[in-house]
Amino acid sequence: MIAFDGVTKKFPDGTVAVDSLSLEAPSGKITVLVGPSGCGKTTSLRMINRMIRPTSGTITLDGKDTGRMKESELRRGIGYVIQHAGLFPHRTVLDNVSTVPRLLGMDKTETRKRSMELLERVGLDPAFAKRYPAQLSGGQQQRVGVARALAADPPVMLMDEPFSAVDPVVREQLQDQFLRLQGDLGKTIIFVTHDIDEAIKLGDQVTVLKVGGHLAQMAAPAYLLAHPVDDFVADFVGRDRGYRALSFQATPRLPLAAERTIAMGESAEGVDADWVLVVDDQNHPLGWVEPLRARGAIRTEMLHRGGTVARASGPLRGALDSALSSPSRRGVIVDDSGSLVGTVKAHEVLTAIEQADRPELADPRKPGAPAA
Amino acid sequence: MTWFFDHLDDVLSRGLQHAYLAGVPLVIGLLIALPLGWLARRYKFLYAPFTAGFGLLYTIPSLALFVILPGFLGIPILDPVNVLVAMTIYTVALLVRTVADGLGAVPDHVQQAATAMGYTRVKRFFAIELPLAVPVISAGMRVAAVSNVSIVSVGTILGINQLGLFFSDGFNRDFYDPLFVGIAACIVLALLFDAVIIVLTRLFTPWLRATGGRA
Ligand SMILES: Nc1ncnc2c1ncn2[C@@H]1O[C@H](COP(=O)(O)OP(=O)(O)OP(=O)(O)O)[C@@H](O)[C@H]1O
Ligand SMILES: [Mg+2]
Repeated sequence: MIAFDGVTKKFPDGTVAVDSLSLEAPSGKITVLVGPSGCGKTTSLRMINRMIRPTSGTITLDGKDTGRMKESELRRGIGYVIQHAGLFPHRTVLDNVSTVPRLLGMDKTETRKRSMELLERVGLDPAFAKRYPAQLSGGQQQRVGVARALAADPPVMLMDEPFSAVDPVVREQLQDQFLRLQGDLGKTIIFVTHDIDEAIKLGDQVTVLKVGGHLAQMAAPAYLLAHPVDDFVADFVGRDRGYRALSFQATPRLPLAAERTIAMGESAEGVDADWVLVVDDQNHPLGWVEPLRARGAIRTEMLHRGGTVARASGPLRGALDSALSSPSRRGVIVDDSGSLVGTVKAHEVLTAIEQADRPELADPRKPGAPAA
Repeated sequence: MTWFFDHLDDVLSRGLQHAYLAGVPLVIGLLIALPLGWLARRYKFLYAPFTAGFGLLYTIPSLALFVILPGFLGIPILDPVNVLVAMTIYTVALLVRTVADGLGAVPDHVQQAATAMGYTRVKRFFAIELPLAVPVISAGMRVAAVSNVSIVSVGTILGINQLGLFFSDGFNRDFYDPLFVGIAACIVLALLFDAVIIVLTRLFTPWLRATGGRA
């Protein structure tokens, strides 16, 4: 566990970047620090590994005061992913990943082997090992940055906006992979972002900071969306928080309608419906076509692909979005293997939402409730 | 040309001596400039006095330095050490700023990443900062090499053995073959130094070749 106890950072020019901050980041969990630019996120993160020294207050790591540890040793035991990856341009990808194990004097061949494994784990082809950072895309560099931080298997990871420099699609891939990795590794992670969506998606616990380095609220994501403690947090978590909260609610049994489907390559002519769903030979939905307009055998380029597909076991947000985005107004629901189980209309999803329990509202004294 | 072939031995021995007097100070000067440049980076208040102060040394006329130094060092004026020390001073004068700027060119986020990984200051210098400063330092070395080759020939006035002696030979006798040979030999030597520095730089910066100069 990482604990801040009344930590303040005042820079020599008088800027108070962090103001008597107290918080706890539980072991094996992801604690997200989120807040607007300049609210002291990076400063807080860097005080943990003492790249920045607190003006007052203490930070403990599993009960030990970090101020009493040798700085370089403290840092070798903490993985750090720096904003924009910060890779060493003169070293190959493999050597970058091997940095901390080599500093710790670990065996060369063993380190090499482990680093190669790590590259694969973060989703990089081993063929990249011999390349230099400048030969990688931004997203690939971020992956190397994560692998480098993991290389010496530190129990604690500090991550400063690790996915901010990439486009939304790649960011989502990196986030999903990160969550899978954390599922396996169970590190104690402090993750900094200014993106509230990312905070809500990744955090077991979300800490919202205000400019001036004040703690605004610390809570589990669903609780944060349901109970913003003040106007600042309410504004920060955004206007569509009611919709986003559906991400945390499992989909109950929906009244699914059987959907008329045709296979790719068949003709839709004569089908008596405004839209018909096209599936492949394993009953995986591919897209919609309008029988009145589709002449002859159905080809890929004739499909309307605007509709999203939701898993029956996924969160309610997916089911609602699937209904809202479908050209036929019928949301496509699949099982975990991706096979079609039926379709649902928006009002049916809304009925399900109205009838669902809201556990996050039931107990306002839940752990992670506002500290002050 | 016949003159050149008749005096090949002379040209080679004076050339070697010239290379020695210009080359050794290049290495010693770099070794001295590295810690000075590092200090100028490490402590902000040292940057201006160090870069300007050491840079000024370069403005001391070489002839004056050749004459003054033996008094300080307690050696005869014709002692090669005299030239070696003077050339080292010029090399340091040129390289302190280069080293400081080269180290300063290492991107901030790279420095911070190194600190976060747990590098100590000394290890970080050798493993991260110095290798990344090589291209800038190398550019400064090339300037210093050419400058050294040319300044060493001022030793002619004192009669120190090096390629410049051909100039006085030719001038005194109104016979220009040795003069041209001397000039050509100086140019060839400067080009050789340049080539050696370029090859060494390439060896130490494999990442620049792999990425076509992007770092
Ligand atoms: N070395 C410094 N000297 C003076 N002020 C500083 C220094 N470093 C940061 N600050 C100030 O402290 C405040 C917090 O900075 P910090 O870098 O922690 O913000 P942040 O939350 O990480 O912001 P961002 O999202 O933009 O990265 C800012 O107002 C910043 O200007
Ligand atoms: Mg920051």
